Amino acid sequence: MSAALPMAILASSLVPAAITFFLHQNSHRTRNTLSLGGAVIKLALVVAMLVDVAGGATHEARLALAPGLFLLLRLDALALLFMALSAVLWLLTTIYAIAYFGTKAELSRFFGFFSLCVAATTGLAMSGSLITFFLFFEMLTLATWPLVVHKQDDKSLAAGRSYLSFSLPGSAALLLAIIWLESATGPVVFTDPPDMSALSDASRRAIFALFVIGVGVKAAMVPLHGWLPGAMAAPAPVSALLHAVAVVKAGAFGVVRLVFDVFTIGQVQALGLGTPLALAASVTIIWGSLRALQQDEIKKRLAYSTVSQVSYIVLGAALAGPAAAVGGLAHLVHQGLMKITLFFCAGIFDERCGVRRIEGLNGLGARMPVTAFCFSLGALGMIGLPPLAGFVSKFYLGLGALQAGAPWVLVVLAASTALNAAYFMPLLYRLWFLTPAEDARGDENVPALVVPAAVTALASLAVGVFAASAISPLGWATLIVAREYLP
Amino acid sequence: MTPAQAALALMLALPLLAALAAIALPRLSALLALAALAAAGAALAVLGQAVLRDGPVTLHSGGWAPPLGIALQADGLGLAFLAMGWAVVAGVIGFAAIERRLPAPFWPLAMLLWAALNAVFVSRDLFNLYVGLELLTLAAVALVALGGDKALAAALRYMFYALGGSALYLAGVVLVYAGHGTLDMALLAGQGRLATDALALALMSAGLMVKTALFPFHVWLPPAHAAAPATGSALLSALVPKASFLIMMRLWFEAMPDAANAPLLAALALLGTAAVVHGGIMALRQSQLKQIIAYSTVAQLGYLFLVFPLAGGEGAAQPWAAGGWSAAVFLALSHALAKAAMFLCAGIWLMAAGSGALAALSGLARALPMTAAAFGLASVTLMGLPPSGGFTAKYLMMTAAFASGQPFWGLVPLAGGLMAAAYLYRPMALLFARDIPDHQPVSRALQLVPLALALAAIALGIFSQAPYDLMQAGRPETAEEGL
Repeated sequence: MSAALPMAILASSLVPAAITFFLHQNSHRTRNTLSLGGAVIKLALVVAMLVDVAGGATHEARLALAPGLFLLLRLDALALLFMALSAVLWLLTTIYAIAYFGTKAELSRFFGFFSLCVAATTGLAMSGSLITFFLFFEMLTLATWPLVVHKQDDKSLAAGRSYLSFSLPGSAALLLAIIWLESATGPVVFTDPPDMSALSDASRRAIFALFVIGVGVKAAMVPLHGWLPGAMAAPAPVSALLHAVAVVKAGAFGVVRLVFDVFTIGQVQALGLGTPLALAASVTIIWGSLRALQQDEIKKRLAYSTVSQVSYIVLGAALAGPAAAVGGLAHLVHQGLMKITLFFCAGIFDERCGVRRIEGLNGLGARMPVTAFCFSLGALGMIGLPPLAGFVSKFYLGLGALQAGAPWVLVVLAASTALNAAYFMPLLYRLWFLTPAEDARGDENVPALVVPAAVTALASLAVGVFAASAISPLGWATLIVAREYLP
Repeated sequence: MTPAQAALALMLALPLLAALAAIALPRLSALLALAALAAAGAALAVLGQAVLRDGPVTLHSGGWAPPLGIALQADGLGLAFLAMGWAVVAGVIGFAAIERRLPAPFWPLAMLLWAALNAVFVSRDLFNLYVGLELLTLAAVALVALGGDKALAAALRYMFYALGGSALYLAGVVLVYAGHGTLDMALLAGQGRLATDALALALMSAGLMVKTALFPFHVWLPPAHAAAPATGSALLSALVPKASFLIMMRLWFEAMPDAANAPLLAALALLGTAAVVHGGIMALRQSQLKQIIAYSTVAQLGYLFLVFPLAGGEGAAQPWAAGGWSAAVFLALSHALAKAAMFLCAGIWLMAAGSGALAALSGLARALPMTAAAFGLASVTLMGLPPSGGFTAKYLMMTAAFASGQPFWGLVPLAGGLMAAAYLYRPMALLFARDIPDHQPVSRALQLVPLALALAAIALGIFSQAPYDLMQAGRPETAEEGL
């Protein structure tokens, strides 16, 4: 075990963040070098780790803050799943963002917080204890706010206000749950699930509920999702990061840690908490899809789609069976790849053609074939068309539902698939089959915007096609479940 | 006299010398103050090392032990407060030295205030503490009055309250002396309780509560802290109420720990809770930035009083007490740093925009990004969010509350943090407005001062183990293992 690697991975985004804040507005070259350099170094470190951890190694770093309060960074297979996703997507989003913003104002602030956001996500992934998880969870809350309000217009500021008025009470609930639990069990480390015998069943259920509320705000679980659709007022790279890897995933990842490493599957079932959580996830899945149907703005439709899709991960954890867990964990990556593709494309439509509403998509397929193709791949994957990524997730979730003796979940999955098709197919129809408006303009001749979208779109195809391979997200999720949660 | 004892004496002598020299040589006052600060910084380092190594450093004035002489002692708590005072005074003096537009009396007054604070932080004699408090009041009232004609009414009100508080405290001290024949805390703790002690403790506590601006005795604080010049407000809000609070702690935990009972301790915490709620609501309703910051002080001082049920009375020897007790110290320290940073930010914005109204902040984040960053970081501390000293305090406080079976007190900092987020969000959101207003330029050096103070408050959270260990040196009921 070595302590250097977790620290190095954290530093690969913290250091660029710290320097970027002090850069002059116009030192574009230095800033871009820092951001890209950090992203490349992090990716290299993560790839090196993947090999290492697959072989069974773990890495740990510990830093004492105060009695009972310590920072524990630990790289295990689950941490790496989330980290690999964030490392890949951060690099792509950085390339995209540099092209997207060009030489606009306030970029040092933007990229500083952008890097800080990724540092928080990385820390979250590596958190080895509850309190460490909370520290990075809060860091993420704060680092995201300046990104949400980046445009500094009334709409962004309202979105920022809404974001904080959901997030901060959510964090308070989370802190309360952590301290309540730890006052009875001592500091909770994920490798060693706490002995809760000092707590009554009612207290345990209350603590679980507080946890779910705390992380559910970030995971945008209905009715705590109100902030997410508004947050699409942020610039496209922020939306992409927010919806694919940073904030909502932090929430979903929190649910996974909560069910598997804090309460453990056995206890969740014994307390009868799995079914309510699965129900809450199902309600979110259906409600998010229904709301997505009603949106005419592309980014808003995508935002509600996120509300729906992220709860697949929650569902996978709640069903508490091996196949469902594999499906949920794989979806953590799958949803990230597909959703970031969609937001990249939405950003290109907006930036290059001024298209924000779905009517504007008419006939864009002819003028922007690559972007439209990527968008279509993402959308079809979300619907769950085989062999795309979304299909694999849904297949395993369905299998897991049967294993867990909850066949009603199949109905939810089927309904959700039908709704996904209902809100995505019209967009694809418009892209490819309708004739463009007379005053349509714009092209897609900006490789730095299109290439990241193409990479993620193809990746979402590849992870489905090669799902059976050991290094696919599915293969890795299977490794995690086999290694950590099966007797 | 050992080097550590000499350092302790210097902590009292240096500010006084600087004050006197500043009166004699007004042109050199900034330089003198900075020199005193540098020397005091070195003395503090020596003192800190000695306390960490050998425990509390004691100095008997004139070489006579109590009850004949007067004891000065720097334990972990006193040292933490000395360091807090040094850091804030250094920030404020640095700011004033760069700003160069304060009237001449500011310098000796600031040094006098610092001297009085240090005297209170290390004294163990109830009458000596009274003298320190009076000196502190005089310097503080004069600093408020530096705010000009408009500040006079606030200064006068402040003085009446503070003198009333002093009178109550002194009456208690007289009762103690009549009963025990000594005013030394260690000796008092060793003697049994007398019938008059309850009244004496009540009188002294009431006086100290007025001076600490505990709800409902807080009405003097917001106008006074809002009316003083920014540098004065920073000293007043960050440091002055902490002196009387420290005496409260010493009275209840060191001099008469056996006089406390659970309902009394809970009553103190209940007043603190009321202060958190009232201060938070009032801060939400202000239209002047400095008023918001001042009401936030009322709320933050309220948290401090939660220490009494969390670490006092029957539970004082329990393992959680160390956490609850340290939480109050962490809170006092991080609040001091963050609050000083905030008032200095307010001063910078007043220079830039020419108005102290909240609305005048609109768009200033882009004009003065460093100041906005400082305000943001200070806000993080006051909201008790990680990784700040404020969070460490909140965490320790909540853990102590839950571990001791008093979860209600744990909810107070949680709710208070959310209220702080609500009232601090208003200036933050305005700062982030899109259009840059017409404004006067402000030098980067000046902007650096609040940023440094706010960063120090954050650092207190990231590196909290060493300060925690330091605070435990000489703690009255040592349950060193913590939680």
